[in-house]
Amino acid sequence: MTCEDPPMRKILFTGLLRPPLTEPAPRPDDGALAELGRQLDRAARRRLGRSLAIRQVDAGSCNGCELEIHALSNAFYDVERFGIHFVASPRHADVLMVTGPVTKSMREALERTYAATPAPKWVVAVGDCGVDGGCFAGSYAVVGGVSAVVPVDLHIRGCPPSPTALLQGLLALLEQASASSAARP
Amino acid sequence: MALFELATNGIGVLSLSCPDGRFPSVAARHPPALRLERTIRDLFGLEAEGLTDIRPWLDHGGWGVRHPLGGRIDAIPERTPYPFLPAEGESLHQIPVGPVHAGIIEPGHFRFTANGETVVRLEERLGYVHKGVEGLMAGADIATAARLAGRISGDSTVAYAVAFARAVEAAAAVEVPTRAVHLRALMAELERLANHFGDIGAVCNDAAFALMQAHCGVLRERVLRAADACFGHRLMRDRVVPGGVAADLDEAGRGQLRDLLDRIRRRFPELVDLYDNTPSLQDRTVSTGVLAPALARHYAAGGHVGRASGRAFDARRTPGYPPYDGLRFDVPVLEAGDVNARVWIRIREVEQSLGLVDQLLADLPAGPLAVELPCMAGEGMALVEAFRGDVLVWLRLDPDGRVARCHLRDASWFQWPLLEAAIEGCIVADFPLCNKSFNCSYSGHDL
Ligand code: SF4
Repeated sequence: MTCEDPPMRKILFTGLLRPPLTEPAPRPDDGALAELGRQLDRAARRRLGRSLAIRQVDAGSCNGCELEIHALSNAFYDVERFGIHFVASPRHADVLMVTGPVTKSMREALERTYAATPAPKWVVAVGDCGVDGGCFAGSYAVVGGVSAVVPVDLHIRGCPPSPTALLQGLLALLEQASASSAARP
Repeated sequence: MALFELATNGIGVLSLSCPDGRFPSVAARHPPALRLERTIRDLFGLEAEGLTDIRPWLDHGGWGVRHPLGGRIDAIPERTPYPFLPAEGESLHQIPVGPVHAGIIEPGHFRFTANGETVVRLEERLGYVHKGVEGLMAGADIATAARLAGRISGDSTVAYAVAFARAVEAAAAVEVPTRAVHLRALMAELERLANHFGDIGAVCNDAAFALMQAHCGVLRERVLRAADACFGHRLMRDRVVPGGVAADLDEAGRGQLRDLLDRIRRRFPELVDLYDNTPSLQDRTVSTGVLAPALARHYAAGGHVGRASGRAFDARRTPGYPPYDGLRFDVPVLEAGDVNARVWIRIREVEQSLGLVDQLLADLPAGPLAVELPCMAGEGMALVEAFRGDVLVWLRLDPDGRVARCHLRDASWFQWPLLEAAIEGCIVADFPLCNKSFNCSYSGHDL
């Protein structure tokens, strides 16, 4: 990168003058808070703090859910300001974010990714497909639902869920984690 | 089998019954048909006589059934090792990548054979996201099948919905109201804009230039928000239905779309300027991942992959379909065939799409949004230009108006093999960049 380039300098400079696009945080989703009722244990609280490392696994999605998960990182939602970030390896992850009806050809890869994620770990199933296979349920090629393969802590519905819905679900997960963390003896 | 002759723009559909379960291999003479014939073997159990590569393609052995669309034989799920093609020579090593990748992308396996940093051979193995959509469609009512069609490849949900709807309308011989035709095109161009912004940003990001992605991401988000405000869904899913459309555009919506165009026209040129004048970025994209025009022609590569390598094909123009036959737009073509050319094609197409949205907004006919579909048997086919290339849908309807059979072919079928060719001789580290510049669909291919 060469900072002398006029177009880049101009863009960076005008960027300083424009107001930020990032929007206030939505309220954590009540339904998600209820689903997450499970008490986090002490080790989990210590580990999670106020940050979540997410490893996304596409287990047979139509790629629609991925588009909206990507959007979480744009300037409007800026998911990193909440300490939520996407990581490249399941070994670095607290959360597996799984999309799709789980095709039979992705089942093993999902199981192995889950096994490679260190405990404590959470699984968030994203999209209507992840609940029960959605409109692909009943096909010879899908297992039908993420929870049929790995235990799921939170479902975020939608086809695909909007970035706001995704954010509300993730904030509920964070809130749950930090609430139990504050109550730590 | 659908055939297209470039010289005359003629389209033909051939049917061949295979009572003894065999048909002469097309791939034996025309390699682009290879993966399709391997798929026919997997799904229907029909043998292509003369087919040289008889490894399974979509069937990874885990379905518990063989030939699910043909004679259906129960099978014990078992995963047999997949024999990759050999590469021989001194000091070659293999790098297996996937199916789970490091980013937020779809699953597939890439087997690189490299000599040091240089890729000697890339072999793809796809099929991980095969959901059996054509199996689910057989016997489904039209509304259910249309929903499935809109979920073949989420990024092209409008294009697929239009292609499926047009095929149904061809089979049932119905005319769609002109307002619906215009609204379909409007949604299709918004989808193209959103995807092109996403891709331009993502290619630059894979060249370690995150600034472009940040700005393109804002433009993409603005398109999706406008789509949500106007049509009630960010990706405009299920808004195009057989017979017409399921969402109207009111005066407020028109105003919102005009504002959107204004904003894009104010911001996009400076991003193009940024792309064009950042040497570190050009250093990565120029002359990387070159696809030779002859190969693009041979594989009839659609979309930006073909048009960046000299193939001036765009389904909106040839065979063409309404309302595009009455609209002004150019089909940009370049010859260089590298990552840079594929980015420039997208940039030019953004400009064309803006012009198309202008025209569509200026001249939106009044009238009904949809017509009733008659219950009748028939066969129909449609070719529609999605942002990544031509989507073909063929289907046959039963006398009770249900789908008897439906086949949906993504442009990716003929682009994926070309990625293998384009990466040859590049360094391994350029693969993400090349891959993104193609941006083939996994789900659209795996079905
Ligand atoms: S929930 Fe909808 S958008 Fe998400 S993968 Fe399934 S079909 Fe696609």
